[in-house]
Amino acid sequence: MELFTSLRGWLDERVDLEGLAALARKKTVPSHRHSIWYYFGGVTLFLFIIQVCSGILLLFYYRPGEDTAFESIRFLMSKVQFGWLMRSIHSWSANLMVLAAAIHMFSVFLTKAYRKPREITWVSGVLLFYLTLAFGFSGYLLPWNELAFFATKVGTDIAGSVPFVGGAMLELLRGGEQVTGATLSRFFGFHVALFPAIFTVLLAVHLIMVQRQGMSTPIGHEKSSEETPMPFFPNFVLRDVLLWLIVLNILAVLAVFFPWELGVKADPFAAAPAGITPEWYFLFMFQVLKLLPSHVLFLEGEVFGVLVFGIAMALWTVIPFFDRKSQRGQQGRFFTYVGIAVIVFILFFTILGWVML
Amino acid sequence: MSDSTSPSKRRTLQMLLSAGGTALLAAIAYPVIAYLKPPKLSGQSVSSVGLGAVDEYAPASATLFRFGEKPGLLMRYQDGSFRAFSATCTHLDCTVQYREDMGIIWCACHNGKYDLEGRNIEGPPPKPLDEFTVIVKDGEVHVTES
Repeated sequence: MELFTSLRGWLDERVDLEGLAALARKKTVPSHRHSIWYYFGGVTLFLFIIQVCSGILLLFYYRPGEDTAFESIRFLMSKVQFGWLMRSIHSWSANLMVLAAAIHMFSVFLTKAYRKPREITWVSGVLLFYLTLAFGFSGYLLPWNELAFFATKVGTDIAGSVPFVGGAMLELLRGGEQVTGATLSRFFGFHVALFPAIFTVLLAVHLIMVQRQGMSTPIGHEKSSEETPMPFFPNFVLRDVLLWLIVLNILAVLAVFFPWELGVKADPFAAAPAGITPEWYFLFMFQVLKLLPSHVLFLEGEVFGVLVFGIAMALWTVIPFFDRKSQRGQQGRFFTYVGIAVIVFILFFTILGWVML
Repeated sequence: MSDSTSPSKRRTLQMLLSAGGTALLAAIAYPVIAYLKPPKLSGQSVSSVGLGAVDEYAPASATLFRFGEKPGLLMRYQDGSFRAFSATCTHLDCTVQYREDMGIIWCACHNGKYDLEGRNIEGPPPKPLDEFTVIVKDGEVHVTES
């Protein structure tokens, strides 16, 4: 105990622990009937930390390459102690992270927490969300199985159909004209080096903004706050930690009882297997692309689809700058309806895609 | 000393600095961009492949084959004639297959359908499949680029 006190004293002299503690004591979180949504950002962060840890562990056995990737994962899952568990946790946690991030993003949207002065938090958050999807897409190919191979062919071909820059983008992504071992090398580089580096910077911006500005209170709840604000420490932190524990348990149950399968090794010269689908979070796009006719107006169906999704994603990123009413702190219906329409659209086509499998 | 802060010297220095900075950025960016562009490998492009004896292919059957880096689909019809197509779906690059039960060439990824002549007949494919030229010589099947 004495050692702890003297260590604390030593640190306090150098990094002003007392100042940090005073800051933590002062920090509060608004309390109202929409407070529940505050926790999903933390859950996403928790799952990201799990991704980093389990990803590093997978790196100890994974060997990228057309002839080694699938085999190394098979070895990991069949011979390495708890190898199957590490991989299952990484895959399940990735899926849960996409879900948590989506809930976080849409709840922020519907409570208009993106409004002035939190535009930077919103933009960095949306970019983090897109990057999360990119993590999912690039990681999906790494075991080099049949499903991943064709998902990557389709996904990169979609990037290739973007007017003007498509061809260069396709080559950049694939490392050649076709999906080959060169693509695997690149996706590995994206997944474990490039994306984590960008993600870290964006996450730092996002978290610093949240710390500096505090949580947003929904319009109309500022004055009539039903309860007094909750102290961040320990009240909010303890609730956060409890939820993290619950999420960890859900993750463990999923990873153990529904272990992630490896599938069949990719054969670049075999036909695409029947019943091929992407991950659930791309299912709505997949379904829309499936239903688009071969030509829309003067464009090929896929080009039309890519343009519409691309523009929609760009607009979604900068939506705080369009929502003038919420910038002035007034309640408005229009952007609420836009958010609900987007959610209904995604849910409808996801369910349709799932039913029509 | 007053000379060193004169507006014209300042402008010159600013110009030199920004020109130097731009040159530095370009000197870094150009090799990086060029590095990211994969080199064309010799042997990647193929203009013709031999696919073995005619007898190896039953009438009313289809076989996937390798044409350089791309998959191809060799069709042998009921009357014994051959045609070959690129097996890459014109929609989003998946590999198509012959469906005997449906009597079509089918893409599993987005349910694209082509007739046995490679024409897009249903679903999202915007164009017919690219066709190769099949040459049967001395009982051997050869496929070349059209």
